[in-house]
Amino acid sequence: MTVSRRAFVLASLAAMTQRAQAQGYAGLGSEAEGFALPTPGYRFDFPADHGPHPMFRIEWWYLTANLRDSEGRDFGLQWTLFRSALQPGETVGWHSPQVWMGHAAVTTPESHHFAEKYARGGIGQAGVTATPFAAWIDQWQMAGADPSEVRLQADGTDFAYDVRLKAEGPLVFHGQDGYSVKSADGQASYYYSQPHYAVTGRLDLPTGALDVTGRAWMDREWSSQPLAPDQSGWDWFSLVFDDGVRLMAFRLRGGRGDFTSATWIDTDGVTTAIPDGRLTLTPRDVTQVAGREVPTTWDLTLAERDLSVTVQAINPQSWMGTSFAYWEGPVAVTGSRTGRGYLEMTGY
Amino acid sequence: MTRTAAHALLSHWVHRPVQFITLVLGLALATALWSAVQAINAEARASYASAANLLENAARPVIQRPSGPITLEEYVTLRRSGWPVTPLLEGRLPTPNGRVQILGVDLLSWPDVVILGDAPDVAPEDLLTPPGRLIARPALAKRLEAIPDLPTVIALDTAPAGLVLADIGLVERLLNRTGQIDRLELIDSLPQTDLQTALPGATLTYPETPDTARLTDSFHLNLTAFGLLAFAVGLFVIHGVSGLAFEERRGTFRTLRALGLPLPVLTHLILAELVVLALIAGLLGIALGYVLATALLPDVSASLRGLYGAQVDATLTLRWPWVLGGMGMALLGALTAGAQGLLRLRRVPLLAATGPDRWASAAARQFSIMALGGALLAISGLAALGFGGLIAGFAAISGLLLGAALALPALLRLILTRIARRARGPVSQWVWSDMSAQLPGLSLALMALLLALATNIGVGTMVSSFRLTFTGWLDQRLAAEVYLRARSDEQAEEIAAWLTPRTDAVLPIRFVDTQLNGRPGRVYGIIDHATYHDNWPLIAAGETPWQALQNGAILVNEQLARQVGLWVGDPVALSPGWQAEIAGIYSDYGNPHPQAIVGMSTLLHHHPNIPNRQMGLRLDRADVPTLVTDLRATFDLPVDAVTDQRQIKAASLQVFERTFLVTGALNVLTLGVAGFAILTSLLTLWSARLPQLAPVWAMGLSRRDLARLEVLRSCGLAALTALVALPLGLALAWLLLAVVNVEAFGWRLPMFLFPLDWLRLMALALLAGALAALIPARRLTRLAPATLLKVFSHDR
Repeated sequence: MTVSRRAFVLASLAAMTQRAQAQGYAGLGSEAEGFALPTPGYRFDFPADHGPHPMFRIEWWYLTANLRDSEGRDFGLQWTLFRSALQPGETVGWHSPQVWMGHAAVTTPESHHFAEKYARGGIGQAGVTATPFAAWIDQWQMAGADPSEVRLQADGTDFAYDVRLKAEGPLVFHGQDGYSVKSADGQASYYYSQPHYAVTGRLDLPTGALDVTGRAWMDREWSSQPLAPDQSGWDWFSLVFDDGVRLMAFRLRGGRGDFTSATWIDTDGVTTAIPDGRLTLTPRDVTQVAGREVPTTWDLTLAERDLSVTVQAINPQSWMGTSFAYWEGPVAVTGSRTGRGYLEMTGY
Repeated sequence: MTRTAAHALLSHWVHRPVQFITLVLGLALATALWSAVQAINAEARASYASAANLLENAARPVIQRPSGPITLEEYVTLRRSGWPVTPLLEGRLPTPNGRVQILGVDLLSWPDVVILGDAPDVAPEDLLTPPGRLIARPALAKRLEAIPDLPTVIALDTAPAGLVLADIGLVERLLNRTGQIDRLELIDSLPQTDLQTALPGATLTYPETPDTARLTDSFHLNLTAFGLLAFAVGLFVIHGVSGLAFEERRGTFRTLRALGLPLPVLTHLILAELVVLALIAGLLGIALGYVLATALLPDVSASLRGLYGAQVDATLTLRWPWVLGGMGMALLGALTAGAQGLLRLRRVPLLAATGPDRWASAAARQFSIMALGGALLAISGLAALGFGGLIAGFAAISGLLLGAALALPALLRLILTRIARRARGPVSQWVWSDMSAQLPGLSLALMALLLALATNIGVGTMVSSFRLTFTGWLDQRLAAEVYLRARSDEQAEEIAAWLTPRTDAVLPIRFVDTQLNGRPGRVYGIIDHATYHDNWPLIAAGETPWQALQNGAILVNEQLARQVGLWVGDPVALSPGWQAEIAGIYSDYGNPHPQAIVGMSTLLHHHPNIPNRQMGLRLDRADVPTLVTDLRATFDLPVDAVTDQRQIKAASLQVFERTFLVTGALNVLTLGVAGFAILTSLLTLWSARLPQLAPVWAMGLSRRDLARLEVLRSCGLAALTALVALPLGLALAWLLLAVVNVEAFGWRLPMFLFPLDWLRLMALALLAGALAALIPARRLTRLAPATLLKVFSHDR
């Protein structure tokens, strides 16, 4: 997830992405710019690590939820806070080099509503505190005593939500104890998740207010390294099977071949990292979305777990028409296992 | 054959270089005037378009706190409670050549950040983190680059005109105003929460239809009217010159035709020649127009800024529309003017000579028809006034001007015939009736002169009336000797205490921005002091307005009174629960917004917490310098906090002086072009005149006498035209002052008459007439007697 999301932030700054990206690539893996780099064997320190890491270039608190109303209709919900550092470190006031961006969305089978926000660090308009836990940008916020039990709010011109999340399982760490490799060249990030949230709450949509329940998944990731220069985009899955097993899987598309990675999460939260090359992801059906062709039905197989499923978008038009546009929406899983989940695709 | 014919045609210009230059120059001058006005207009409009939302008239609702700046913490609290606002911090940046307006925005939330889409190689961190970047248009950027200790300046064509833009973090540091925000703009729909709960003491103002647009429109309409006038006057010139070229070459045409050149070939040759001439003159005219516009634009831009707060870049870029427009105008003008000649060419009998008085009989009927048309135009123009509005005002002006121009020949003929009837002595009788006989040929030139003179009188009267009124008003309005602005209420109190023994009076200047009958405006509170009674000019008032003021009544400015249609005795609604009766109306020139004055106690009763930082000081004029020095030495005041009233006056007047300069320059040019039209007409008539002059010469008048009479005749016609132009110009002035001004600016100006100016103008008209006749007259004195005799040998 590294660079695409970092690019979101830079892209939005007055359409000056290209220069910014070029600069990022040029400084690939170098410490000269003063940013910290992820290293294997890092020992996470909680609750501090729930908070921001301003010495790293990029970071996010990324929450997605699959919800249902009383009539059994499927809904998706997204709440994301991105942090992007123009320079390492934090200062008080407008001159802070930290830039925050928020994305919020609600997806129904027929419609997709989203909103976007920007704020500077240093003035209190956006930020994250570890204790008590709070992540916010303007009036949007995710807050509670700690991340295991939080209230989540956001609104846009045509939607709003207010839901409560309660973790029913442990945090899980991806890759090598949370050190997640992103390319054959060794680019990496720190990456952990809370995939066990139970959700209750309320959605406000143009058609009216709805009480909903469901499951949510939060990703926490931070890094300083962009993708390899040949990597053009990214397909990322978070799937919750009906038997309680969960799967995080991604594919980075590159000129030198794809790089895949996954984490198998057993019902008790025990994880198995699946290295590059084991997972196969095949687009089965594309949809015309926002003037481009986006694969919205996928075949996903993982031989070592006898997994062969079809992942299908609940609303193929889940397009985030934000300053850096991408596809993000809820999916339904059928095949050797059934369930629901979320799909994010960039670079189409 | 064609080549020989072309050679023969063109050789005319070799023999008559002056005529060639006259033709090209005439055409070029007309194009220049037209395209200069167009250029200024285009530039000004382009500047507005790009700055449209950046000025204080931005279309977004504004949240301000009258009592002082909004703090950064308050801004964040507002954002966190769901208010979609973006912060702005404004100030003036001192530079070696004056202060520059600087606007600080949060580049992350400011919607107009899209203007930076064109920014060259700039990384976000450059803009957002220290040292930061300034953004300005190239011309301003160049000025800023010369200043040491400023961050790097990014030159950007799409930047707002007339100000420097930067991230708010940089601006608060440059202005030394850390943590302060001047105003917030609402960038999305209002949240549910109440503003007073979210930000106590703040006001939310919805933008009215921006006044600037309407005001600058009127300025541009003025310019466009000038442009059209220049076009009309220019056409007269071109017509005159090309007519002259046709007349002079009539013999050549006849010879060419007699030698067997087919008419279509001849027509095509002449057409080609016209087009080439138009292209040459058009290019020259555009170049001239460019120079003219470049010279005038800084003044126009300063005028617009001073008058309406609208920003126009003082640099000119070549814009294709007006370059092409200018060429088109030159071409169209030349062809229109040449069309008559070409038509006449078709009718020229191959071998017949032209009759000397061929125009006279047809002209009589033509004049009457023209006069009738003119009268109709003028009447319908005046009738348009009934509709009201700015356009109607201009319709009336154009109707009146064109109508009068059309009626001029008939009027002049009437006058000349009357005079000729009363003339005694043969020479005198001949001169007057000869003048009348020459009218058809000169009428176009005289119409041009009439328009130029009338415009000169009209615009001159308006501008001078404006200046007189405005200067008088400034004198009265800026009655205090020194104006002062303190950093805070506490400092103001200290200063006031310090000043009391040192001055005659300290007059607090306190105001609140509120609603006046639903319109956003400013209400001032004043204490009871003779300064106001003695100096404040009221254009309408009740019995004892100043006493009434202290008893809760209100004085409103003329703009408000006219906008909402209220007059003395009517009630005005202010903030909720506050209504006051109008005790008087005062003139408030140069301010497009509603304004009112109430007693200080009344104001404080309704708005107890308004700032008290500004004051006017009354003291002996001679003590001003010492007091200002002492003030600065005793208190820590911003550089521009203490202002000598004389400086304000000078600054205000300077703005108007510039407007006058532009008007003056255009006036002189138009008059020059009109003089040129007379010259070309006289030259055109020259060959036709000989058969008429020869008999008079034969009867004993010397060539010198004839030349003198020639000059006199031209002066006489110019003088008569000037006499007609005077009432026309005054009517124009009245329309400008009492109709256009009220519609455009909301105030009516008293009209002052300047007879000395008229005399000067009369002299100028005579001079133009005399100068125009000088070349023909000189030719006449040098004419060989044989040429005059030849007239008789040709006579059949």
